[in-house]
Amino acid sequence: MTERITKSMAKNIYYGGGAFALMIFIALTFDTVHQIPERSNQQNMTPNVVAGKKLWEKNNCVGCHTLIGEGAYYAPELMNVYQRRGAADEQTFKAYMQGWMAAQPLDIPNRRKMPQFNLTEDEVNSLADFLIWTSKVNANEWPPTIEG
Amino acid sequence: MKYSSQMVAKPYFIFALVLLAGEILFGLLMGVQYIWGDFLFPLVPFNVLRMVHTNLLIVLLLFGFMGATYYLVPEETESELWSPKLAIITFWIFAAAGVATILGYLFVPYATLTEITFNELLPTMGREFLEQPLPTKVGIVIVVLSYILNVGMTVLKGRKTVITTVLLTGLLGLAVFFLFAFYVPDNLIADKFFWWFTVHLWVEATWELILGAILAFVLIKTTGVDREHIDKWLYLIIAMTMVSGILGTGHHFFYMGAPEYWLWIGSISSAVEPVPFLLMILFAFSMARDRKIQHDNEMALTWAKGTAVMAFLGAGVWGFFHTLAPVNMFTHGTQLTAAHGHLSFYGAYVMIVFTVISYAMPILRGRPHGNSKKAQKVELTSFWMMNIGMFGLTLALSAAGLVQIFDQRVGTDLIGFMESQQSIEGIYTVRLAFGVLVFTGLLTYFYSFFVKEEA
Repeated sequence: MTERITKSMAKNIYYGGGAFALMIFIALTFDTVHQIPERSNQQNMTPNVVAGKKLWEKNNCVGCHTLIGEGAYYAPELMNVYQRRGAADEQTFKAYMQGWMAAQPLDIPNRRKMPQFNLTEDEVNSLADFLIWTSKVNANEWPPTIEG
Repeated sequence: MKYSSQMVAKPYFIFALVLLAGEILFGLLMGVQYIWGDFLFPLVPFNVLRMVHTNLLIVLLLFGFMGATYYLVPEETESELWSPKLAIITFWIFAAAGVATILGYLFVPYATLTEITFNELLPTMGREFLEQPLPTKVGIVIVVLSYILNVGMTVLKGRKTVITTVLLTGLLGLAVFFLFAFYVPDNLIADKFFWWFTVHLWVEATWELILGAILAFVLIKTTGVDREHIDKWLYLIIAMTMVSGILGTGHHFFYMGAPEYWLWIGSISSAVEPVPFLLMILFAFSMARDRKIQHDNEMALTWAKGTAVMAFLGAGVWGFFHTLAPVNMFTHGTQLTAAHGHLSFYGAYVMIVFTVISYAMPILRGRPHGNSKKAQKVELTSFWMMNIGMFGLTLALSAAGLVQIFDQRVGTDLIGFMESQQSIEGIYTVRLAFGVLVFTGLLTYFYSFFVKEEA
């Protein structure tokens, strides 16, 4: 099969095909960036939500957890933890988060351990706000079940 | 060795192998912590082990690519390297920055690390694989730019070949897409979207150009096949890479907040992604079959063929398993992703580094005909140990992913993440055993360097 393809044909497919794919990719990138605010409810991105995201990064939470399916697979998915542990109620979830973060690391022998991050009450609330905001992103019906 | 400046490749190769040992060692520690959560805790929490494991991988591959480049560019351009001194200086800068970063991960709590490295100025930390402090990221840019300058100047003054052009294109792409590591929007979804510009477009586009160029070089040297013929194959492979890989980024945009059309675009393009890897197998095996010379270094060709096969399995087959959107709905964020990640990084990138080291190191050590038969026999044993180990580990992780899916995502009798993980403990033990086999294989490989030459 490759006998019929010459070097210059292969070269043209590379440059032509590559440039074509790149152009479509760039065009779709612009469209996606345009659609993200609506799909993620950017209007609800309060300073608390942004502060929560910074805390998420500062403590390398993605080093153990997944968030919308991306991250490490050592600890549970957190996109729908608001529904799973907070029954989709802000007060319930924040109370849960305060208790949970304070209780780490759990004293259960050989269970995987979450470190104690020593966050303040306000910081835990910001983290909760960030996770609540994340839970409402339109991710094409993902995750498939409440268990993530 | 035809050009004395090729010698600068040697420290790069050696350091890449040292980092590989560290990378696998940390992988084993994680494997243990997966089963016994108290292991090393709170001394080294899981996220730290993982950061060291993945960052060592990225850095060792960069060292391997750089060593490969410094070795092959003088021969391809038929001229000495533009500045061997610059290559040595960047080696020490990169090595020092790499070691300092790893020590920072290990001995400073991550939150403190963000504070003392000026992350507030331009927050870039705490994202998967791009955890490096700002000074390290800036250092990487400087090192990569000086590397590209060195290679670019050498190419400009010397003979231009398809291999050097493709290699340089890959390196430029690597540099350009790394810049997205500095762009962290406040909106998590926009952040994730552009994060993939570095992560996916490195491993599934620009790095594949580098891989193709190195593979083509080693095949020319070990088979003696006509360059025109090799060039055609190289173009064909990278053409399919570009056509499928760029829009294939879409398979990461299915379920993270990006629009619906990615479900189609990502599925269709990435269904084509195994093709370049299939071509790579045809390439390596038909060049080996039609070889004009019988090179005494048989291991180099063995690694080259092995790279093509394992890259096809890891990147092609294991990628395809979960790349269609309806399947990915259930596999997204499970151990299946880890299975694919392990076999593809090993098969495509770690193995191409082994390939070029296996070909070039004996020459750099004054053995133009390769290592002795006895040393090659040891190397062959290590080849199989590592390949079987990695494949077994991948099968175990795949099984773990399947159990996860049926525990948490399919049917009505669902159980939670932690409970599901407990039910997978046996499989994780199997994974760990295969990991130990990989590490033993690497030690055997190291030993092959010290087998005495026959008189």
